Amino acid sequence: MEGWARSSLRGARRLWAPRTHVARSRTVCRRPLNLWALSGNHNSQLHQIFQESFCMNVQLNYGVLVNLPKVRNKMSLPGQPYSTWQTVDPEEMKKFRLLAHKWWDEYGEYAALHSMNDIRVPFIRDTILNMKNDHQLGSPLFSMKILDVGCGGGLLTEPLGRLGASVTGIDPLEENIWTAEQHKSFDPVLTKRIQYRTCTLEDIVEEESEKFDIVVASEVVEHVADVEKLIRCFGEVLKPAGSLFITTINKTQLSYVFGIMVAERLLGIVPPGTHDWEKFIAPEELERLLESNGFSVKAVKGMLYNPLFGSWSWIGSTSINYALHAMKASMQEQLDLKEASTEHQQAEANFRTAS
Amino acid sequence: MMAAGAGLLSGRGVGFYRRKRLRFFAGSVGSLSRQGSVRTNGSDAVYDVVVSGGGMVGAAMAAALGHDVHLSDKRILLLEAGPKKSFNRLSTDYSNRVSAITPGSATLLSSFGAWEHICNMRIKPFRRMQVWDACSEAMIMFDNDNLEDMGYIVENDVIMSALTKQLDAVSDRVEVLYRSRAVGYTWPLHYQTSDSSPWVQIDLADGRRLQTKLLIGADGQNSMIRKAAGIQNIRYQYDQSAVVATLHLSEATDNNVAWQRFLPSGPIALLPLSDTASSLVWSTSHEHAAQLQSMDEENFVDLVNSAFWSNANHSDFIDTAASMFRSAVSLLMPSGTTARQLPPSVAKVDPKSRAVFPLGLGHATEYVQYRVALIGDAAHRVHPLAGQGVNMGFGDISCLTNYLSAAAFKGKDLGSLSHLLQYERERQRHNLSLLAATDLLKRLYSTNMAPFVLLRTWGLQATNAVPPVKEQIMAFASK
Repeated sequence: MEGWARSSLRGARRLWAPRTHVARSRTVCRRPLNLWALSGNHNSQLHQIFQESFCMNVQLNYGVLVNLPKVRNKMSLPGQPYSTWQTVDPEEMKKFRLLAHKWWDEYGEYAALHSMNDIRVPFIRDTILNMKNDHQLGSPLFSMKILDVGCGGGLLTEPLGRLGASVTGIDPLEENIWTAEQHKSFDPVLTKRIQYRTCTLEDIVEEESEKFDIVVASEVVEHVADVEKLIRCFGEVLKPAGSLFITTINKTQLSYVFGIMVAERLLGIVPPGTHDWEKFIAPEELERLLESNGFSVKAVKGMLYNPLFGSWSWIGSTSINYALHAMKASMQEQLDLKEASTEHQQAEANFRTAS
Repeated sequence: MMAAGAGLLSGRGVGFYRRKRLRFFAGSVGSLSRQGSVRTNGSDAVYDVVVSGGGMVGAAMAAALGHDVHLSDKRILLLEAGPKKSFNRLSTDYSNRVSAITPGSATLLSSFGAWEHICNMRIKPFRRMQVWDACSEAMIMFDNDNLEDMGYIVENDVIMSALTKQLDAVSDRVEVLYRSRAVGYTWPLHYQTSDSSPWVQIDLADGRRLQTKLLIGADGQNSMIRKAAGIQNIRYQYDQSAVVATLHLSEATDNNVAWQRFLPSGPIALLPLSDTASSLVWSTSHEHAAQLQSMDEENFVDLVNSAFWSNANHSDFIDTAASMFRSAVSLLMPSGTTARQLPPSVAKVDPKSRAVFPLGLGHATEYVQYRVALIGDAAHRVHPLAGQGVNMGFGDISCLTNYLSAAAFKGKDLGSLSHLLQYERERQRHNLSLLAATDLLKRLYSTNMAPFVLLRTWGLQATNAVPPVKEQIMAFASK
């Protein structure tokens, strides 16, 4: 989903087919394992052979095959309900539908998202801890209401829940929500703290108005058709002085080279077609949009993925991936703003009458 | 050992994750039939961590987890096959099972308050350690200039008593299930399916079934968890048994030195318990050990004394070579050598305190798997000559607790392989080098062939003469 991921594990993680697959072709499956181990990781032909010859039953179960363009092209979205949503791009939805069952493989397609938790969870946690005076031991986010927009399989939703927050995860894709629901259903603690909904942010803006202390949109902004609309929705659902956390990809030549050329095409870590460079957004642009919609940006930090170790770290440069923390104006600030703007209007009116 | 060592070390490289996952794949195929269609409802007990084995290492693990702030809302369970022992009153006799606790282990124990209890019960610090050869004059003396304690001799019962107290203190967080025996484990598949539990399932002998996100195996050298998880264990039985006993000295002394002499049949160690009592650990051949256990007390005491004092194994050639080397060293560094001290003489042995147990070496090729971690003797078993056995276990605990605490503070799934692998890497590096060094020493000192004796004599003398090397050894061994 983001611009980078682990390359050395690719061969191995392909082998993690769903259980039905394992059950039906126990003996057959052993061989491709070795095949993969020997052939290196980047042989897409072999990969295709493997997929075609051994995963037919996966196709039956899931209706889709990952990484096979011909199948993808044939795919159509039943009902196409998404096309009417402005904060969701139907083309983007197609991509993720294909990958829904892969979410929880820690070393699979979404390995880089799993390891991104190592820095994005502490980023959210520490920012919140710095603003709070007290916290409950063992549950630093206790009593926080969090909205995880574009939660996918719940990769970030679950850690936030474990830190004590009550989290709502939303995603327009039913398959993602199904995966996320399944995954949390075995955990009695998370079952209580997390709820998932298949919907877009727009769908819940009215009923959830000013309900959340924190809104998280991690690796979401770069998949969205209308960013400004999305930001306005964030503002709607956040309580006054609530925090917004965003991680996304910058729109630079570097992000094109590494995010798309290297990660998708050369190393093939991220499924091809995951990203559309045109939708990437520069931090300055994002800041401008946020500031003009009643947010004040508190921090922008660059993030770097190391594909060798599969780990993320903070860096000074925001030229590829970056994280951002913004706060919605508090009640007082909103009033001040309103006053300022009415004063401004009045001054303007006075000026007009005078002239 | 070298070959075994290489085997243990290999496979930690790039292909490592793949190998690990492949094996899981194979394992999961085998367990499919067992998985069946067990769709557990939420009412089943799901623990965050289950520690199996309530010995010193297992109990300390549970207590350490229970006292960690970041784990304070986790459900932790300790499974112990035996009954709860009551340690209300300390017996006046010393127990024959003692441990040499390093400052590093003491730090761990004090991090959750157990050390204070130990100090209030019975403990004997030692400030120096003298190790010398039965075949030559060579000796090495470890001591801290600043008179800090080098280590502590503590009875295992005292440690257990302190740990039990600290477990009781966090009974709201750590449940302890005594007289519980696990009869089967069901491992989770590595990927998500809708109808099988993602947790480790533990079937108890009484029919109960528990689930846990992380299972920690502290179930000793014959670890059932290690076997059930299919983790390979490299093991080797030494041709030695250890005789332990509680000894009384002829006269009261400061008794703050740990003594160890390498006899050709094996090392003999005298560890201080009090001003008048010491604990004996004598590693020797199985037959000799059996004789030592059954002979009458007077003969036994004579043999112990002569083992420390006798020069029967000296040869003129080695003595000359050693004294030449020593003169050379003292020419170079006049203050570099220390005089050899003599151990106290033993007057009698505590009746019924003699016991024998076999010695061996063991090492698990992997300490962790998805949702499983091994600690202590379940992961490694070592010759007692360096007094490292339980300390390696305590080191495992402190390392694993750190990683689990950090993982919990990040909201991670505690059974996730990523931080478990970090634990494994860190501990295998430490434990394997100690294991290899201990094994090498054991082998080097098991002979009285002149070339080897000469080599080790000079080696020991040289090491003794170079303080930085000694400091390095001490720092490593006291972790």
